[in-house]
Amino acid sequence: MLRGATAVFRRELAGYFSTPVAYVFIVIFLILAGVFTFQIGGLYERGQADLQPFFAFHPWLYLFLVPALAMRLWAEEHKSGTIELLMTLPLSRAGAIMGKFMAAWAFAGAALALTFPVWVTVNVLGSPDNGAILAGYVGSFLMAGAVLALGSCASAGTKSQVIAFIITAVLVLGFLLAGFSPVVDFFRGWAPPSVVDAIASFSFLTRFEGMSKGVIDARDVAFFATLMGVCLAMNAIILEAKRA
Amino acid sequence: MPETLVRLDALTKRYGSSRTAGILAVDHISFEVAPGEVLGFLGPNGAGKSTTMKMVTGYLPPTSGTAHVCGLDVTRDPIGVKERVGYLPEGSPLYAEMTPLQFLRFVADVRGLKGAAAKAAIDSAVARTHLEGVLHQTIDTLSKGFKRRVGLAQAIVHTPRVLILDEPTDGLDPNQKHEVRQLIRAMAREGGEAGKAIILSTHILEEVEAVCTRAVIIAKGRIVADERPAALMARSRYHNAVSLALCPPAGTMIFDELRKIPGVREVEDHGTDQTKDGVQVRCTVIPKKGSLIAPEISHLIKARSWQVDTMRVESGRLDDVFRDLTTDKA
Repeated sequence: MLRGATAVFRRELAGYFSTPVAYVFIVIFLILAGVFTFQIGGLYERGQADLQPFFAFHPWLYLFLVPALAMRLWAEEHKSGTIELLMTLPLSRAGAIMGKFMAAWAFAGAALALTFPVWVTVNVLGSPDNGAILAGYVGSFLMAGAVLALGSCASAGTKSQVIAFIITAVLVLGFLLAGFSPVVDFFRGWAPPSVVDAIASFSFLTRFEGMSKGVIDARDVAFFATLMGVCLAMNAIILEAKRA
Repeated sequence: MPETLVRLDALTKRYGSSRTAGILAVDHISFEVAPGEVLGFLGPNGAGKSTTMKMVTGYLPPTSGTAHVCGLDVTRDPIGVKERVGYLPEGSPLYAEMTPLQFLRFVADVRGLKGAAAKAAIDSAVARTHLEGVLHQTIDTLSKGFKRRVGLAQAIVHTPRVLILDEPTDGLDPNQKHEVRQLIRAMAREGGEAGKAIILSTHILEEVEAVCTRAVIIAKGRIVADERPAALMARSRYHNAVSLALCPPAGTMIFDELRKIPGVREVEDHGTDQTKDGVQVRCTVIPKKGSLIAPEISHLIKARSWQVDTMRVESGRLDDVFRDLTTDKA
């Protein structure tokens, strides 16, 4: 079923590090995460030993950084023609999709793990609830996975990495804004409450908020997992449609 | 009847919706390839060569019909077929950011070769394609000739019994073409009758004479010829024609004399040159179908004591046959 996934995973993961993409991404991610946490979020000034200001900016950071990790996954294969090479090797389509997706997700996870000095800092300065922080990391990782799945799906449909990036960023923006207060208020003005709730329930912001505060709700986890599953299934359908 | 390694059964591909007729790229193509054969798959650009190969290798789904490789149906068991085929796609696409060694390791990995077996397979593919010197350079920085060899190495790493090569020499310089052809010939010889079946597409006709044991010509998605290259050449109007360069005494009507020989259909005038021995006339004498005119011509030359600079019997011109077969079809 997932034949070839590990080989593709290894190739893709090594691929990130054989180009400057990995280093540029990690450096920019860490710098921005630091700026947001300490300068804008005011981690020190708040005087609380938790990572609220750190996690609060992750959705916005992911909006434009994580689509850059996913944009080349399939667009590059279409552009260089290597898709034909890949798809005539004895692997299953699901294996190729999962291998690529998991490589991107593992890379995002590694970048996230490299923010550990922030965690060390709060532990040195106070005694935070490390369980809550772990929950925040899990939530952040799940959200990154959802963005990557959206990105992989968008990348499957085009030869152009730029188009893949833009489509993904716009989709992610939609998923963020669905729970952003001004937008929710706008809908509340005229739409029935059930519709407003339905829109808000698709929001990365509301789904992530609980986890960033230390509450892992099965429904939030299920939301991200389902979104990833749907996107990757769409990814397979798009690849199949492009084949014929 | 020897075992067949590849069998195409009325393989058909129609692009676009069936209601609007669409474009019939491949139209019920059927043929078989036996071990030891090197089949040249010829046709003008757009004739359906690549589409056919993409269907046989499981990249494109056929609209109807199917292909079997080593007895497996590509529409039922595409992965089984992919395991048994080595394929060089058109233009030899490669992961440019990898080195040949990393790339071959990846291919071996996908093909389920592990550890020592993978190493041996890669070493052998590298040795046969002479890639030793560039193993650690990124593919991006390699010349076209090396890139093509990486593509070939990738196709043979699992020692497949069926090799499908889409325009393996396209875009290479004459030396690189020669190298790739030598490689293909060497691979064809491996294992003899129990060996490989190789299908290569090309629009370079000399390639067919140089490496193929059989030629299938397609035009507009249909087979128009399926013969040995020599038989194909025999279809040429130049088959057994005689090319001459000679210096006859001034005033001799040599074209008229040549035309009088029984079996001669016409004489093609290739112009004259001024040489120290006088005026040299160049021409090609074309026989009627099935006639052998060389003895008569040398007899005539001897009888008239003409001074001959060159006399050559032509075996036929493939480009001529190719044009005939692929253009005049309704």
